[in-house]
Amino acid sequence: MTAVEHRFGPYGGQYVPETLMPGLAELEAAWLAVRDDRGFKDELDALLRDYVGRPSPLYLAARLSKDLGHPVYLKREDLNHTGAHKINNALGQALLAKRIGKRRIIAETGAGQHGVAAATACALLDLECVVYMGTEDMRRQKPNVERMGLLGAHVEPVEAGVRTLKEAVSAAIRDWVTNVESTHYIIGSCVGPAPYPALVRDLQRVIGDEARAQILERTGRLPDRLIACVGGGSNAIGMFVPFLDDHDVQLIGVEAGGEGLDSGRHGAPLTAAGLPGVLHGAFSAVIQDEDGQILEAHSISAGLDYPGSGPEHAWLRDLGRARYVAVSDREALDAFARVARLEGIIPALESAHALAWALSNPAGELDLICLSGRGDKDLAEALAELERS
Amino acid sequence: MERAVTGAIPGVERIAEAFSSARADGRRAALMPYLMGGFPDLATSAEIGLAYARAGADLVELGVPFSDPLADGPVIHAAGSAALRAGATLPGVLEVGRALAERVPVVVMCYANLIVTRGLERFADALVDSGASGLIVPDLPVEESEQALAACDERGLALVPLAAPTTPEQRLARIGAQARGFLYAVSLTGTTGERGRLDQGLATVLARVARHTAVPVAVGFGIGTPEQAAAAAAAGADGVIVGSRLVRAAGEAADPAAAVSELLRGFASALAGPLS
Ligand SMILES: Cc1ncc(COP(=O)(O)O)c(C=O)c1O
Repeated sequence: MTAVEHRFGPYGGQYVPETLMPGLAELEAAWLAVRDDRGFKDELDALLRDYVGRPSPLYLAARLSKDLGHPVYLKREDLNHTGAHKINNALGQALLAKRIGKRRIIAETGAGQHGVAAATACALLDLECVVYMGTEDMRRQKPNVERMGLLGAHVEPVEAGVRTLKEAVSAAIRDWVTNVESTHYIIGSCVGPAPYPALVRDLQRVIGDEARAQILERTGRLPDRLIACVGGGSNAIGMFVPFLDDHDVQLIGVEAGGEGLDSGRHGAPLTAAGLPGVLHGAFSAVIQDEDGQILEAHSISAGLDYPGSGPEHAWLRDLGRARYVAVSDREALDAFARVARLEGIIPALESAHALAWALSNPAGELDLICLSGRGDKDLAEALAELERS
Repeated sequence: MERAVTGAIPGVERIAEAFSSARADGRRAALMPYLMGGFPDLATSAEIGLAYARAGADLVELGVPFSDPLADGPVIHAAGSAALRAGATLPGVLEVGRALAERVPVVVMCYANLIVTRGLERFADALVDSGASGLIVPDLPVEESEQALAACDERGLALVPLAAPTTPEQRLARIGAQARGFLYAVSLTGTTGERGRLDQGLATVLARVARHTAVPVAVGFGIGTPEQAAAAAAAGADGVIVGSRLVRAAGEAADPAAAVSELLRGFASALAGPLS
């Protein structure tokens, strides 16, 4: 049995208050116990199949391919129940919480997709659910706030800082420090203290496992490039991991370039490659000032609006195994509109970053892009922005 | 209680001295107020620190503001954010500590990222240079603190670990064994902030912690009234840390130094006189 990784090279770790350490140890032990347990796996797989709708399709985007000059396949996580990859992780962790007897769930959310996924899993499994969300994100992702309410979750507004994802994570961690004995924290990405980065990756690798089998079956070969957007990095790591040993497959993580890396207003710590630091319990790529204060991120996409990143991504970057690039708000918006017209698919603004990079960097013969979610939640924000320009 | 400059004495010894002289003076527990460095601004926080020393502090816990303080409740979080907006930096806060360390032992409370970003050795050197006696890192559990402990030990700085009500026995042994200066017992399962009453399990927690360490045990989190401070001492604490109540006063009062002086005197007199 392999251990749950605490470190990825120098990155990762458990930089949290002592109060949480026993909770993290309990979570790690529980994950080790169920990870390879037939009963747990069967229960999760059945839910992923019958409730989420997995496997998600692999779709040859014909008109996009024509534009780019080579075949482009989209891994359709947008077709999952609740509309994004987040449900893979939320369901797995909610089942795990039930196993360890925790009936109160907390989660943070930026775009609202993870919040909706957590609220959905809790409704399904009859668990209490509290979702922390910055009030700026509540404004720009209003439909998801309403969905969470309907699903029976309580959305706790967070007013600190610039009222986005970083502060929502901090508020959730503070809740957990207080209620660790009764509560499980379903973190929404492969960030946070160990065992979370490994746990979330393990739950998201279903994306890459399916995609690898599907592309081999459809084309008889592996893609030249795998492309996925990176907020904390969970859809990307889930996509990348099954391909790590396929050295001819390029792994490309697309971060939020915001108003440009030079502007300082972005969400691209891996690409900007400044001094790494500790945020939310892990040592990884972060955006910070010289004194070590974490800076606010900026992105038009609430799900990528985060100054930290998953520690495994920082390590893959340093190893040279994956490459990280950034796409601006503008480019993402253009791709959002273009893919809607070309393919009849309205992508999430997060996923539009991955599409935008592929659109402006055609190369190779075969692309596989993770379409991590659908864009219904973004309509108001994106249309207003598109009109403004 | 003001003491002469003790520049050459290693921090660990200075801290031990502060606890033992509180006992020798016949007090129930050492009093350790928390100061948010740079709040509401650097100059005022320096005055508040000196007011602490005059009003009966045996040691001062000097907080360095951080953008994402996960162990802190709303009052200290807001004060830290205000300090940062007012321009506080680590070097600025350590200057506040330097003046204070001439009077009382200063234990710096600093989140891990500010240390990691500077590099451990450079950070520890800066602490020693500022006259600080110890260091508390609220997000550096024993699993992550090996190098920090070595760097502090080399310099005679006390790396003070925390123990929580949730900490199981085996971990307590490990924490107790590597405690330097004192052990910081968190009184409750939660973040910093005033509470209506002391956690009922405090005496049990203190007894458990004390079994595993040779250094004094100070209680913090949730102690906001002189009565609670006295009760913590009665429950077995060697030291009492008062944070949010004082920080709140510093933020609310027209004359912060005067306001905290008055409050601190109240805490000091609750801890005066031996346990009955
Ligand atoms: C559709 C979608 N894609 C991507 C992300 C970014 O998260 P991650 O990088 O963990 O995949 C989010 C986050 O909210 C999202 O909603």
